[in-house]
Amino acid sequence: MLENLRDIIENPDVIVNTLPFLWRGIQLTLIVTFVGVFFGFIIGSLVGLMRLTKNKLVYGIATVYIEVVRGTPILVQALFLYFAVSDFFGVNFTALQAGIIAIAINAGAYIAEIVRGGVESIDKGQTEAGRSMGMTATQTMRYIVWPQALRRMIPPLGNQFIVSLKDTSIFAVISLGEMTYLIRQYVGTTGDPFMPYVMLCLGYLIITIPCMVLLRQYERRLDV
Amino acid sequence: MITVTNLHKSFGDNEVLSGIDARIEEKEVVCVIGPSGSGKSTFLRCMNMLEEITKGDVEIDGDRLTDPKTDINALRSRVGMVFQHFNLFPHMTVLENVTLGPIKVNGVKKGEAATQAKSLLEKVGLSDKADAYPGSLSGGQKQRVAIARALAMNPKVMLFDEPTSALDPELVGDVLEVMKNLAKEGMTMVVVTHEMGFAREMGDRVIFMDKGVIMEEGKPEDIFDNPQNERTQAFLSKLL
Ligand SMILES: Nc1ncnc2c1ncn2[C@@H]1O[C@H](COP(=O)(O)OP(=O)(O)OP(=O)(O)O)[C@@H](O)[C@H]1O
Ligand SMILES: [Mg+2]
Repeated sequence: MLENLRDIIENPDVIVNTLPFLWRGIQLTLIVTFVGVFFGFIIGSLVGLMRLTKNKLVYGIATVYIEVVRGTPILVQALFLYFAVSDFFGVNFTALQAGIIAIAINAGAYIAEIVRGGVESIDKGQTEAGRSMGMTATQTMRYIVWPQALRRMIPPLGNQFIVSLKDTSIFAVISLGEMTYLIRQYVGTTGDPFMPYVMLCLGYLIITIPCMVLLRQYERRLDV
Repeated sequence: MITVTNLHKSFGDNEVLSGIDARIEEKEVVCVIGPSGSGKSTFLRCMNMLEEITKGDVEIDGDRLTDPKTDINALRSRVGMVFQHFNLFPHMTVLENVTLGPIKVNGVKKGEAATQAKSLLEKVGLSDKADAYPGSLSGGQKQRVAIARALAMNPKVMLFDEPTSALDPELVGDVLEVMKNLAKEGMTMVVVTHEMGFAREMGDRVIFMDKGVIMEEGKPEDIFDNPQNERTQAFLSKLL
C-alpha cells in the first residue's frame, strides 16, 4: 500500500491525465441533470397538483405514476427506456435523450411528492382568504399558495437535484459519456484505478458540496 | 340583505348547525355570541360558502348560495371576511395584500388599486405600513390590514369571526375602533365575538347560539340585561 502511495506522489501525471475526461464528463453530467430536473420539475408540479384534486381518476393516475417510479430502481428505468421502450415503439433514443428522459421521469415522481407536501404545508387559512375575496381556485393557487409553497419546496428540491446528479452516474450502462463512464473508460485503458476514481469522487463533490452548503444557508434563513 | 332559512350543516355524522333561520337587514350590525363549539364560525362560514351547506339556504343580496346558477366567486367578492388569525399573505407587502383582490378579481388597474388601498390603509391607521411585510406587524396591525383588504373589494356585507380573540388585550382597542367606524358608516356587519362591550355598544341585534341553533336573539340591552333563555343566562353569568 505504501508503495502505491509513493507511486502516486512520484507520478502525479495520472491526476493530470484524468482532468480532460473529468472535464468533458462533468459537462454532460450537468447538462443531463439540469435539463432532466427541469422537466422533472414540470412533471412533478403537474403530478403533485393532480394528487391534490378530489377527482379520483386524476388522483389515481398520479398515484400509479409515483408508486411505479419510486418502486423501481432508476437503473432499471434507464435500461427500460433505452432498450425496451425504444425497441417496442421503434424509436431510437440517443443515450443523452434517454438519460434526460430517465432523470425527468424519475425526479418527476419524487418532486411530485415534494410539491404535494409543500402545497399541503401552507395553512388552509391562506386559501380561505383568497377564495373569500372571490378569487378562483386557480388564482388562489397561483398568487397565494404556490409562491409560498415554492419557498418551502426549495430545500427538498435542492436535495433532489443532488440525488439526480448522482443518479446520472448509472447512465454509464447505456454508454452515456458522463463523468463516471469516461473515467471508467480511462481506467480501462491505463489499468490504474485508484487516482482516477478518487478524482471521480472529487468531480461529484465539487458540485454537491457547494449545493449542500447553499441549501443549508437557505434553510437557516427560512427558519428565522 | 341576508336571509338564512333552515340552515343545516353536518361534518360527517356530526350535525353542527341544526336549522338556523335569520335575517340580516342592510346596515345592520349583528353580533353572534355563544359558547365554544356552538357553531358560530360554521354559521358565518356557510354565509360565503367556505363551508358547503348541507341543507337549507342562504340568500345574500338576492342571490341564493345553493342555486347552481349563482356565481359563487362574484358573490364572495361582495362579502368581506375577516378571520380570527388574520390570514394575511406573508409573501406580499401590506399594499399588495390589499390590492390583490381588486386587481385579480375586479380587474382594477394597478395604480388605481394602489390609490384606493392607500386611502383604506389611512382609514385603519396604517398608511406608514404600506411597504411593510405582515411578518413585521403586531397582531392588531395585521387585523387592521385584513380589514382593509376585505374593504378593498367594496363588499356589501362584512363577516367577522372573532376578529380580536387572537390579540393581546392592549391591541384589541385599535381593531374595535376601526370596526366601530365601519358600523357608523353604515356597513352591514355580522360579528362573531367574545367582546360583549362591543356587542352591547355597536350591535343592533345580538344572536345567542348554542348547540347549533339560535337560542335567543334581540336588542343587546334585552339580551344582556334581561335574558329570557336559561342557557343565555348561564352563558352570560359565566362571563362575569
Ligand atoms: N372542518 C370541520 N370538520 C369537522 N368538524 C368541524 C369542522 N369545523 C368545525 N367542526 C366542529 O363543529 C363544531 C362547531 O364548530 P365552530 O367552529 O363552528 O364553533 P364555534 O362556535 O365557532 O366555537 P369557537 O368559539 O371555539 O370558535 C365543533 O364541534 C367543531 O369540532
Ligand atoms: Mg369559532
